[in-house]
Amino acid sequence: MVWRNAWRHKLRSALTLLGLVVALLAFGLLLTVVDAWYQGVNASSDKRLVTRHKVSLVFTLPQNYLGKIRAVDGVRLTTYENWFGGIYKEPKNFFPQFAVDARTYLQVYPEFRLTDAERDAFLRDRKGAIVGRRTAENYGLKVGDNITLKGTIFPGEWNFVLRGIYSGGRESTDESLFFFHWEYLDETVRQRYGGRRTAQIGLFVSEVEDADDIARIAQTIDAQFANSHAETRSETEKSFQLGFVAMSEALVAAIRAVSYLVILIILAVMANTMAMTARERRAEYATLRALGFAPPFLAALIFAESLLLALAGGVLAVVLTYPVAAFFGAAVSKFIPHFVVGPQTPLLQMAAALAVGLLAAFIPAWRAARVNIVSGLRAVA
Amino acid sequence: MSEAPAVRLVEVHKAYRRGAQRVPVLAGITFDIAAGEFLALMGPSGSGKSTLLNLIAGIDQADSGDVIVAGENLARLPERLLADWRATHVGFIFQFYNLMPVLTAYENVQLPLLLTDLPRRERRAHVEHALSLVGLADRMSHYPNELSGGQQQRVAIARALITDPPLIVADEPTGDLDRESAADVLHMMQALNRELGKTIIMVTHDQRAADHAHSIMRLDKGVLWSNPDDAAAVQPAGQG
Repeated sequence: MVWRNAWRHKLRSALTLLGLVVALLAFGLLLTVVDAWYQGVNASSDKRLVTRHKVSLVFTLPQNYLGKIRAVDGVRLTTYENWFGGIYKEPKNFFPQFAVDARTYLQVYPEFRLTDAERDAFLRDRKGAIVGRRTAENYGLKVGDNITLKGTIFPGEWNFVLRGIYSGGRESTDESLFFFHWEYLDETVRQRYGGRRTAQIGLFVSEVEDADDIARIAQTIDAQFANSHAETRSETEKSFQLGFVAMSEALVAAIRAVSYLVILIILAVMANTMAMTARERRAEYATLRALGFAPPFLAALIFAESLLLALAGGVLAVVLTYPVAAFFGAAVSKFIPHFVVGPQTPLLQMAAALAVGLLAAFIPAWRAARVNIVSGLRAVA
Repeated sequence: MSEAPAVRLVEVHKAYRRGAQRVPVLAGITFDIAAGEFLALMGPSGSGKSTLLNLIAGIDQADSGDVIVAGENLARLPERLLADWRATHVGFIFQFYNLMPVLTAYENVQLPLLLTDLPRRERRAHVEHALSLVGLADRMSHYPNELSGGQQQRVAIARALITDPPLIVADEPTGDLDRESAADVLHMMQALNRELGKTIIMVTHDQRAADHAHSIMRLDKGVLWSNPDDAAAVQPAGQG
């Protein structure tokens, strides 16, 4: 009876279902966008410690901090990097670029996977660079290609030879990054602009022996540089990444708000459908009551119909989310490198569908359960 | 010692509110209906006959007075128990059939049995028997919109019979039917009364329909009066 009632007005039910699918699909995609924002956080290691200038990321630290950081008890290895911010051919061709201490960097970040031949070639070539698989695919880059970046922070043309294309060791690994040798950056800066901007580091990243000891190590590092001209701030990689997310917190909050607004809108549409349905069937509910069916049975009929529609919409939306996200992810891969539906997204979509189904039926079910038999029967005549 | 009446009404009052105004519908109705009776309730529109039928069927409550049906004072039953009571004691036949449009004839007739503990096989046997009684054994899988008005009313009669209730109430059962279908339905109701011993109370405007009943009772402005020829069947309480 519930199934047949649900399809009694085929067009209305189909349109409601379509609305549910579109809304829940949008909800899933927006959640995926938010997840993508936190991708760096998810990819963090709990054994990596990031040390930066205490005031801001904009300020750099002297390279000679390296020795002191490495010497802190509990630090296994330290590497460093500088944000480069170059343009590949046109400003719209964005992908993040870093000048890194290649040998240590690949040790601290083993999730950037290269073949042995690529690794050796990269380490041997001072002008060598490696790039993530996704960026290589986006721009048709091949090993051996000459790549020229136009510097923004470090003006001028910068030429590289692509020596390797890395793939991510984990699903959350960012495959859009471009790495080249910090030495090349430093030497070129020295040649072009003199010594003032040389031997400067954006971030130090240390791998610690024991994750449980990371707070003490951070305090020890920062204490060493306290009251210096470049004080440091050390934090876990996760905390550092969350700091980045916090910078765009308003945007993430807005996306989240829109995602819940979409659910509210479809809830209103669904509630309207169920209210209309219950109003039209008032005489039927009165008849059922006259025949001896109790009010909870009528409420259950409406709840079941609403849940059937909502959960059908939820299942369809979940099934569609994966191909649509893949398509969307491919289209925006330059800007959102890791657009992957998270494991909790389908659960949240189904939870939203369930909530919509239950809430939309609540008032119609309550009214149906309280239908006055005599006036309900009169509704026929 | 005479048999207890199927229906006994004692000083029943009922009024409706129309805005701030109180409109009396039944004004101290008192009467008995004998078990196995086929009674037609007639009267002009607004006379209170449907209200009276609703009180007897347990789908409405009197403002005061006692409505005793099959030995149960309905005025004292809470709604939850009243629903159970209706399911076992009353069969309904409505003017517009009131079948569930998404259910087949079989499923419509089966509906009241879903409130019982009968296993599926027994339910099936009961439904098939009821539908064959009304001549629709070959229409079991048809939906209401695939049946004529007369056939739909016959399905409704089968539904009214299915739990074997002692009382059947019919509110204008022929009001939406052509003459031929109406005659069929009325003959069927007569057969239910005669052969199965059902007490039937039928509200109608149609004298020809009322003529199929054993007795006719007329209501006007909330007051009851009966045809002297039918006094044996419908008796003012205390005069029997």
